Amino acid sequence: MSDVCGSLSRSRAAVRRLCSRAAAEAHHDVIRPAFPPLQSFSEEESMMRDAVKKFAQERIAPFVSKMDEDSVMDADVISALFEQGLMGIEIGAEYGGTGSSFFSSILVIEELAKVDPSVSVLCDIQNTLINTLLMNLGTEEQKQLYLPRLASDTVGSFCLSESESGSDAFSLKTKAEKHKDYYSINGSKMWISNAEHAGVFLVMANAEPAAGYRGITCFIVDRDTDGLHIGRKENKLGLRASSTCPLTFDSMKVHEKNILGKVGHGYKYAIGMLNGGRIGIAAQMLGLAQGCFDHTVPYTRQRMQFGKRIFDFQGMQHQIAHVATQLEAARLLTYNAARLKEAGRSFIKEACMAKYFSAEVAALTASKCIEWMGGVGFTKDYPIEKYYRDCKIGTIYEGTTNIQLSTMAKMIDQEYDG
Amino acid sequence: MSARVLVGVKRVIDYAVKIRVKPDHTGVVTDGVKHSMNPFCEIAVEEAVKLKEKKLVKEVVAVSCGPQQVQETIRTALAMGADRGIHVEVSGKDYETLGPLQVSKILAALAKKEQADLIILGKQAIDDDCNQTGQMTAALLDWPQGTFASEVNIEADKLKVVREVDGGLETIKIKLPAVVTADLRLNTPRYATLPNIMKAKKKKIANVKPADLGVDVSSRLEVLKVDEPPQRQGGVKVETVNDLVRKLKEAGRI
Repeated sequence: MSDVCGSLSRSRAAVRRLCSRAAAEAHHDVIRPAFPPLQSFSEEESMMRDAVKKFAQERIAPFVSKMDEDSVMDADVISALFEQGLMGIEIGAEYGGTGSSFFSSILVIEELAKVDPSVSVLCDIQNTLINTLLMNLGTEEQKQLYLPRLASDTVGSFCLSESESGSDAFSLKTKAEKHKDYYSINGSKMWISNAEHAGVFLVMANAEPAAGYRGITCFIVDRDTDGLHIGRKENKLGLRASSTCPLTFDSMKVHEKNILGKVGHGYKYAIGMLNGGRIGIAAQMLGLAQGCFDHTVPYTRQRMQFGKRIFDFQGMQHQIAHVATQLEAARLLTYNAARLKEAGRSFIKEACMAKYFSAEVAALTASKCIEWMGGVGFTKDYPIEKYYRDCKIGTIYEGTTNIQLSTMAKMIDQEYDG
Repeated sequence: MSARVLVGVKRVIDYAVKIRVKPDHTGVVTDGVKHSMNPFCEIAVEEAVKLKEKKLVKEVVAVSCGPQQVQETIRTALAMGADRGIHVEVSGKDYETLGPLQVSKILAALAKKEQADLIILGKQAIDDDCNQTGQMTAALLDWPQGTFASEVNIEADKLKVVREVDGGLETIKIKLPAVVTADLRLNTPRYATLPNIMKAKKKKIANVKPADLGVDVSSRLEVLKVDEPPQRQGGVKVETVNDLVRKLKEAGRI
């Protein structure tokens, strides 16, 4: 199968040429659609997805229940992710990464989420946030130092939120005071994913509070830095295997060569990267919903009541078909946003839509699946209740649903400016 | 060692798929059905790659016979560590009737052409369960064979093979060049890591036709009918031994 990404970015002129009669006659023996369906993948993408599907089923699935119960990510699972090349998907081969594309990351995140959304988010944060920031903004020296580690054995954490600033991210209070060639950072962060295992932290701190958000700067902080304290992880409703910790910075000394990009440009970097990260979360929620659905439908086909399968009741069929439709729509929104980003086209509104919609679909699907499973859906012996607990964070993190909707509305408003 | 290993990989319906017989009873439904590499072929590839990692062989060549789609199967072998692939193009009716005899003729011809020192195959394919290709290939080449291998070791120019047989385990020593067929416990196949999938894109797959190898792929067998196994019937409970014996006699079983 030829690479389909190129076809999405064809110019209008090319489309007209393709659709012209002459072209049609020349191609009469080969019926290839000018624009393939969204669910078309290159051979490489298909192979990756199949490899991850198999890997997740065999190397992650057996640990999911225990990791959730103990609220701990198994160390073997994390090293297996690195071994398989899943933690450096877009990092170039010259830095020891996989050298693949953004869309491949999306497929990987989706496949992992079908088995465990906690493992998926670890992989998502690494690929769409940490690696992306380093690759786009790092100096060659920083890239040489960090990218190989991120691809092979080091988990990364992104530190933006604080106890007093969630959606209002840029009102963050962590300060970075300049002294000669280093900064002294004081403050704290909350809700930091991956913190328990991270070897490197990207910390957003304000180096010029007088400038407001235009002082926010991104610092690369190694775990063993003096003054960095990682607090006890939260006891969460869902995504329990994914560690979520508060951090404190106590006159933490960070050399100025550890600044990522430019001083005061941190807010821009955060926005830019979260736009892509949004699509990653959409993929995670999509995988969660699909995984939950895939566990449930076989049950409805087996379970008999009143002499027939519960699947055969019209009420059930209508609900199942409705959820399947929502899933398909979420998938298309997510894949399209990813393809738009890869094609270098504007994708922010579509990314918001994908994240917002997928999170809602995940909640709907998980809720319905518990109902369809009946009593067993409510017990921990079956995997369904975990999906129900895991999905709730989708409408909250990496931009709450309300923020997504407001962002979309702003863009829609601009579209009609004329 | 400068040895070259030829590994045969077959594209079959995925083991997890529920097989359905075509309405015209000429075969099973394959259109739109998930296919993957035959599990025993995966084990064969893994063994070959392991031998290369131990530096006991120099090159692993993956071979598959079939239409365009088998290239996916060859690529999976490349992603597992094979160095290059050979796609023997067989399609249409020829592919439907392709069986162990033709495949072993093809493999024998390729072994000579590629100057292979070792052929590793899966012991059987999960679609036809023939368990013949390895044995036939060895016979055509007049090479020794180590089938149902659960352990393979190269010692100088000989192969020590531990075979799983009905009575237990049998250890044999055979001279190279030889044919080995892989059984379940030979190894645990690795996953194709994502970086290796990317590397596999650059590895070459050569195309060749059976005619180029001087092989006639016409079949001597004709499949008359394909049916599902009979539905399991319910049993009958009886009260006494005499009843049991009478019922068995009535059913013509004794």
